[in-house]
Amino acid sequence: MESSAKEDAQPKPRLIVRLGRLLASHHILFSALCCSAGIIALLFLPALAKNTYLSENALIPGSANPLFSTEDVAEANKFIKGIEAAAGESRDGMGMPKFIVQQMKELGAEVCYHEFLPHSKHFHPLKFFTSMTNDLAIHPNGTYTNSGTNTIGIIRAPRGDGKEAIVLVTPYNSQRVKENELLSLALGFSVFSLLSRAEWLSKDIVWLSADSQFGEYTAVSAWLSQYHNPTFVAGVTNGPDGIAEKAETTDFKRAGTMAAALIFKVGETRNYGDRDSVTMYAEASNGQMPNLDLLNVVHYLAVHRQGFRVNIERISSLVTSAWLRVIAEVIQTVGSLLRKINPDWKLDIAAPDYVEGTANLASSIYNQALGVPTGSHGAFRDYQVDAVSLEFSPTFHLRNENAKSSFLVRGGRLIEGVVRSVNNLLEKFHQSFFLYLLTAPSKFISVGVYMIPFALLVVPLPIVAAALADGGKTEGKSMNDHNMKGSADILQVDGGAWKWLQSARVLLVIQIWAVIVSLLPYYISQIADGTPIQSAVIWVVLSIIVLIILYAMLGSPYSAGVEWKLLKATMITSISIGLGLMSIINFATAQLGSLIVIPMCLFSRPVKARLGMNFLPRTVLLASNIFLAIFGFPPVILLVMKGLSKGTWTVDIGDFWVSMEFLWEWSSATYLYIFLVHLPCWLLCIHVLVHPCRQAGSKVKWE
Amino acid sequence: MAPARRLLALSLLLLLLAAAAPAPSAAAEEFTEELLLRPLPDRKALAHFHFRSSTPAPARHHHLFPKAISHLVQKFHISELELSFTQGRWNYETWGGHDPLSTNTKPPGVELWAVFDLPSSEIDATWKNLTHALSGLFCASVNFLESSTAFSAPRWGFKSNEGNLRYGALPREAVCTENLTPWLKLLPCRDKAGIASLLYRPSIYKGYYHSQKLKLTTSKTGGIVLDQSLTVVLQPNTASGKQLHSADGKPQPSWSLEHLFNRKLSGKCLVSRSSRIFVEIEKGILAESGPEASWSNEFFELSTAPDRVLNELDHLDVQSSSLYEYDLGNYNDDEPLDVGITWKLPLIWSCSPAPYYARRFLMGSGNERGSIALSFLSTDLHKQLGGSSNDCSIKAVVLQVFPWYVKVFYHSLQIFIDGSSKAISEVLEMIHVTPSEDKLSPGTLEMLLRFPCGMQSATLILDFDKGFLHIDEYPPDANQGFDIPSALVSFPEFNSSRRYPETDPMFVSPLLENFKEENVVKSYTEVLLVPLTTPDFSMPYNVITFTCTVLALYFGSLLNALRRRIGEEESKLKKAASRPALIPMLIARLRGQKADPSNSESSPVSPIGLKLLLKVAFVAVVAVAFHYLSNS
Repeated sequence: MESSAKEDAQPKPRLIVRLGRLLASHHILFSALCCSAGIIALLFLPALAKNTYLSENALIPGSANPLFSTEDVAEANKFIKGIEAAAGESRDGMGMPKFIVQQMKELGAEVCYHEFLPHSKHFHPLKFFTSMTNDLAIHPNGTYTNSGTNTIGIIRAPRGDGKEAIVLVTPYNSQRVKENELLSLALGFSVFSLLSRAEWLSKDIVWLSADSQFGEYTAVSAWLSQYHNPTFVAGVTNGPDGIAEKAETTDFKRAGTMAAALIFKVGETRNYGDRDSVTMYAEASNGQMPNLDLLNVVHYLAVHRQGFRVNIERISSLVTSAWLRVIAEVIQTVGSLLRKINPDWKLDIAAPDYVEGTANLASSIYNQALGVPTGSHGAFRDYQVDAVSLEFSPTFHLRNENAKSSFLVRGGRLIEGVVRSVNNLLEKFHQSFFLYLLTAPSKFISVGVYMIPFALLVVPLPIVAAALADGGKTEGKSMNDHNMKGSADILQVDGGAWKWLQSARVLLVIQIWAVIVSLLPYYISQIADGTPIQSAVIWVVLSIIVLIILYAMLGSPYSAGVEWKLLKATMITSISIGLGLMSIINFATAQLGSLIVIPMCLFSRPVKARLGMNFLPRTVLLASNIFLAIFGFPPVILLVMKGLSKGTWTVDIGDFWVSMEFLWEWSSATYLYIFLVHLPCWLLCIHVLVHPCRQAGSKVKWE
Repeated sequence: MAPARRLLALSLLLLLLAAAAPAPSAAAEEFTEELLLRPLPDRKALAHFHFRSSTPAPARHHHLFPKAISHLVQKFHISELELSFTQGRWNYETWGGHDPLSTNTKPPGVELWAVFDLPSSEIDATWKNLTHALSGLFCASVNFLESSTAFSAPRWGFKSNEGNLRYGALPREAVCTENLTPWLKLLPCRDKAGIASLLYRPSIYKGYYHSQKLKLTTSKTGGIVLDQSLTVVLQPNTASGKQLHSADGKPQPSWSLEHLFNRKLSGKCLVSRSSRIFVEIEKGILAESGPEASWSNEFFELSTAPDRVLNELDHLDVQSSSLYEYDLGNYNDDEPLDVGITWKLPLIWSCSPAPYYARRFLMGSGNERGSIALSFLSTDLHKQLGGSSNDCSIKAVVLQVFPWYVKVFYHSLQIFIDGSSKAISEVLEMIHVTPSEDKLSPGTLEMLLRFPCGMQSATLILDFDKGFLHIDEYPPDANQGFDIPSALVSFPEFNSSRRYPETDPMFVSPLLENFKEENVVKSYTEVLLVPLTTPDFSMPYNVITFTCTVLALYFGSLLNALRRRIGEEESKLKKAASRPALIPMLIARLRGQKADPSNSESSPVSPIGLKLLLKVAFVAVVAVAFHYLSNS
């Protein structure tokens, strides 16, 4: 309507151009509106969560009566006694694998051992996202004393065609076995023995008892890599230590394409809650999640059939925090108000629910953003297999036989039910969501909802960049009472149409620097036995030297006389590209990153810039500028995060090195984000902050 | 006229023959039914039904021979055909891989091959018609083999031929009773009498392996032999069958026909020439229980005394397995036959395997590329057979058909023997590759390999790229992935023939004749499932929306470009330049409300703006009111 009204008056530039200009001329208002809307939308996320539902009809969980019975529990108890004896007898740690293999053989399953070496992860810049397969092979002449042994049992589905398999994993430490690990092995074995008698199987069952003496993930990923990318080296034909086995157990056995994997273990006894609980872990590397239907099946069966309490990870400090409660009250009031206006807007959420949801959501976002898997299920996701880890937390003492057998029955039935559901699937998981955040075990936020805050945060960036780059022109035309100055500006802009090239060069130099900084750890880590502090110091010093060298070679940003507005525009452009790309790779990282980077970018302005405003807003602006610049520095962010989570505020430079090492060891894209997107942006912000503003002085009056 | 005369002559001849032999003299058409039972090492039992119908020549009327089949042979000029429906996998490691039964096992799903007696130009068209005919005949989607992407023409990897053989497999075809019923219809007594009456559906479909086959052979004179066989591996349904698997120290489950099939056997199918049941006791058991093959010894006991015992001799003239024969003609309703075996002592034995266990698996992950690996694991059979000299070698023939969407790079073939990479020329003797054509034909790989005898394991690796399918080429269950049919590995130097020297000439058993044939030892590998990139079919609405948006944008800008008159616009622009521009004015006004309220330029615009604002507000109020009213 508005446009048509104008059309009559003047059919000048096109509507979209006019709208763009309008937005650009009000970019401060616009960006302030968008950013605050983005943050409000982010706060509303727990209220927007929907209940999960089973999308794939073929799963029909809980439709069949569970067959897992007390007989299987007796089997499990027998197994526990046997394996305790076996573990006690042997000193080399091979007693347990041998016993497990023996038991599985008696069930008629195909068995094999898989030996692997602890895999020391190295940062290799060229193989950042590819898995390092060749390192995992057992060296032919290596000693076997330090290798772990996985035991694998495979049940072939009686009438199946063997194209697909379901994987069950129970991690245990073969060197120092604990009672809860024995219980989880027994649980795994009793389910396996039940499945070996099942007539309804259509997919093969693989039970992997993973030797977690070097960590669960190492064991599982070593097995998966041997499964998918085997190396054919000589010397593998020898059996493991002390086992003079026939070739049938050393020959690596396979069972088709994996449909899904279920990792389960019994945790330590924890005395909260009246019911035994199950904690689901689902986050794999770089924020990838298994299909939501898998979690739904587990949740449905655990809660509605077996009476477990299902948890997901949460940041517990948030639950007790006072400020969150205040926000929750506000959200509740606003939600109920909105409800009154339109009963269809179901935004009202009770304050305790909101707090709970936020704690879960924050953990979900944090785990996804970190890009490091929360368990051995992450290894499966690397091969496009949907996997979830379940950690049972019993509320009884493990010596309590009655409670234990009731727990075994329920745990066994849960696993049996999940296997049965997955077994029903004709196709692989594809119906439900892959991109989601969890606010409760049965509540999720789909991608369509959680991208709104991010989109709102990112939208002002191009507009602000355009406004800054085009600042002179707009100013010249709009300010009619400064005709003289305006025409001068136009001339200036015309003459300097290629001025942005200068700032682009600065950006390029800083990006080159960022790439070098991100590659430096590869060389630093080659230095033998350096402490983290040493490495961190070397890293920082080298980075500064490299920056100085680059400036010496390619010219410093101020020597060419780059205007700070153009510099800021370039920075904002680059950050919007960076965030956009990152949101595709790992959305949660981009989401969290945008919360820090975007205010930092938008606020940044030179300290020396002459501002046409009063003292108070100017001081506030300056203070916030400096505050954001300090807290935008990656080590400071890390320090703050550590301080908030642990409560200790000790400054340790080594910590930074350790955590970055942690990120690249897991090939987390967050590492790339920090060094290729965040760090250059921060450096540019600093540049803008300390900009001398020599010739730009005449122009900054505007705004 | 001529065929009739020939027929007359033939029947006269046959009459003469019939007078000599004590065979049913009704016609030369014959039907025999046989059943072979065998205990398996993992506490299961194997039952192999074999029915043979034969006719000397296709005719207008048949007494016993199914007319449908004779029509099929006549119409499509088939010289040989085999169609199999299989469910489950044959376990080559425990159930054996060297005897005539296990070398005739089939991969899961449907497999069809046929040799035509036709010029090569007509074969493909005939094959297509044949698949449709068979699909109607057997209630199965054999017609999916019609598409040229589904069948291939191997030259020597499957069976030596002059290019008139066609081979196709459907690994995903589900097999059930609807396939069995038409198959039984081809029998003269169906399942109402004789051995086929044992085929109680719930029992035979509970088995671990179920393979139903139909084999047609035409002789030079026009005679047709139809072999129908059904192989099932069953779990004996015994009372103490709680522990299902073999465990040390526990005797095998004892079973009888009634246990296995839940049916009693009372008499033969009356039109059958012979009706026999064999119980085969394998070499492994006999080695334990002593050379004297008695039907009742310290290890086991057969429930009924056999009518005859046949001993097989291996190539060193040492007795290997024994067959205990029961003639069903001696039993009737009052005296039903319930053959069974009762174990007295626990016994562990193993079946003789093929020279290598062949396995196949996929390597790599992701939707872009992968590798297919074929591994051979030695079973040390050649040592048992005595040929353990150093320079000996074992031949293996591999036939692999790749669907076109698995784009194999044949040059990337790598061979690892015992963990070390070998040059291809060391192992590969002959290779025949028919590359696949996109959406037209599958790729066929035939290889003749020669492995050294001392080799423990070998692995062949081929890389492939995963192709993209057109949207309508996806099956309804596209997200399951796509199948690569089983590879066939045969060992031409080994054959599974058996010798039964003591048989008298009067004793005719088509089953044993089959056993005596020189059959090459063959084994099939697993079916593989390749996940391909799959579009999200559940979101057609989104696709439509996006497509429409793109189309709208395209046509909108196109129309805009066509309708626009640049010249006029320019002149207008010039005119407009003389007047104060609206945009800066508007902007100034919007800004001016805060900073500069006394903007002289904005006053003529404000009435329009006010009106506009009023209009917008009015519409907004109406919308809110309408929304509220419609909701409440």
